[in-house]
Amino acid sequence: MKVLVWLGSWALSLLNTLGSFFIFFVDGIRHIFTTPKMAPKVIRQMYAIGVQSLFVIVLIGLFTGMVLGLQGYYVLVKFGSTGFLGAAVSLTLVRELGPVLTAIMLAGRAGSAMTAEIGVMRITDQIDALEVMDIPGMGYLVAPRFLAAVLVFPLLTSIFDVVGIFGGYLTGVQLLGIGEGIYFGRIAASLTATDIWEGFIKSLVFALLMTLICCRQGYFAHLRKDGRGPEAVANATTSAVVISCVAVLVADYVVTSSMLR
Amino acid sequence: MTHETEPQAMEARAGWDICLEHLQAGYPGRVVLHDISAQFPSGAITAVLGESGCGKSTLLRHLIGLSRPMAGKILYGGRDFFDLPQAYFRRIRRRFGVLFQDGALLGSLTLAENVALPLGEHTKLPAALLRETAMRTLELVGLRDFADYYPHELSGGMRKRGGLARAIVTEPPVLFCDEPTSGLDPINAAQMDQLLLDMKMLYPSMTLVVVTHDLASVRRIADHVILVREGGVGFAGTVEALEASEDAYLRRFMDRIPNSEQGLLTAQPVDARVRSALDEWLKR
Ligand SMILES: Nc1ncnc2c1ncn2[C@@H]1O[C@H](COP(=O)(O)OP(=O)(O)OP(=O)(O)O)[C@@H](O)[C@H]1O
Ligand SMILES: [Mg+2]
Repeated sequence: MKVLVWLGSWALSLLNTLGSFFIFFVDGIRHIFTTPKMAPKVIRQMYAIGVQSLFVIVLIGLFTGMVLGLQGYYVLVKFGSTGFLGAAVSLTLVRELGPVLTAIMLAGRAGSAMTAEIGVMRITDQIDALEVMDIPGMGYLVAPRFLAAVLVFPLLTSIFDVVGIFGGYLTGVQLLGIGEGIYFGRIAASLTATDIWEGFIKSLVFALLMTLICCRQGYFAHLRKDGRGPEAVANATTSAVVISCVAVLVADYVVTSSMLR
Repeated sequence: MTHETEPQAMEARAGWDICLEHLQAGYPGRVVLHDISAQFPSGAITAVLGESGCGKSTLLRHLIGLSRPMAGKILYGGRDFFDLPQAYFRRIRRRFGVLFQDGALLGSLTLAENVALPLGEHTKLPAALLRETAMRTLELVGLRDFADYYPHELSGGMRKRGGLARAIVTEPPVLFCDEPTSGLDPINAAQMDQLLLDMKMLYPSMTLVVVTHDLASVRRIADHVILVREGGVGFAGTVEALEASEDAYLRRFMDRIPNSEQGLLTAQPVDARVRSALDEWLKR
């Protein structure tokens, strides 16, 4: 009996949370169209999310590609088909690792900053002050971040992919001696528009998920039960990053399985 | 859309009479204001007095529509504020200027950007004009030289004055100030009072609600006083009536007499064990 009650209340609270996420999401999207002077706000956020993360993304992309080159070579050499290294590296990056690792990096770098900034504004009455000036917090703070993320994620993901393929080239071609023409030729032959689409759609989904989760955690930091004031913001930031990463991986599976059909 | 013109009509017709009817308010699990019925006459300066922690800021949060009352009503020009359609509610609130207790300036914007924010968000004025307006308003509160400072680079009193500049830059017909003079030195406090009086001269129909502890300031600026006491209204009326009142509590409040006549420090706050531990620490 107890288990049943527990299960029921758990299911209800889950539904409740999902519903509030959905409402927050719709509200954020709606404000993209109703907020005046969106362009400067979006540009400011694009700078915060994109430009300031560029270096990390390039670094991670390079090493991911280099490792893929090494590991891929090690596997392929067993089958005597090292010529496929370019295809293996590029497909893995474009379809999978590019979008996922970019999203996880951005959750840690830009997402945490979103939660912390919005959370601090919440607990210091700044969002209330906006609200009283008839500037909805959803429009001033959340909507520009949605839009900026949707614009920036695919860009950073593609930079990650390109740098990663170059990393694979460094290890595969320069270090292990696969022919340069074979490496790039296989990429051109095997990478299709569908693969690129999949990566693109993933990066869009991850962008929306991450901003949704991170903005919402900050926006409602004052309602948290596990801490007050600064502690609430700290906890909100931690859980925003953790939930974002989990959500990205879950969504990755969902998108992949629906695209492979 | 008959609502479209109502706020303007209200301004013209009844002014911004604010009326509280049996307002009950507080925070989840805690009622702070039990039963407040009061009038804030339009076109006048009403001071809200009360002990620290009695719920003045809470009252203000409700007046500006940030929190919903638990029971009772807040009427603006005779209409229940929290019963209005969302669009109309916002149209009314647009006409408020609010100075929060700690200024509540946006930390990521400079002072001038903060002051220009409400104008910039709601109008298509050119940036140069926005800046000029912000500078003129900052001049009024004596912060022109600090226009390009960020809020965390300012003192508490400066943030408060910056908050006032932001509140008045839209020339609101209703202005709410939460303790405009606390944390200011006597000269700046007097300046703040004068500023509020000047605003009143400039915009005779402006309704001001000023939360304050500062009796000197009440005497200078207030037309009307509401004193919050133990979750209810302890006094409502003119400053003269308050001065003349014979009520023991009001007299203590007005004459700054502490609650008990004997000294509060009858016993040392720290006992011998704490004292010796402290001494040990000091010797280290
Ligand atoms: N967010 C909150 N949650 C719960 N209780 C609160 C909250 N904010 C204030 N209170 C309580 O409400 C009461 C009234 O607080 P309020 O800030 O309105 O007092 P105040 O009259 O403005 O005091 P002061 O003159 O010191 O600013 C206090 O007892 C306080 O403990
Ligand atoms: Mg207060």
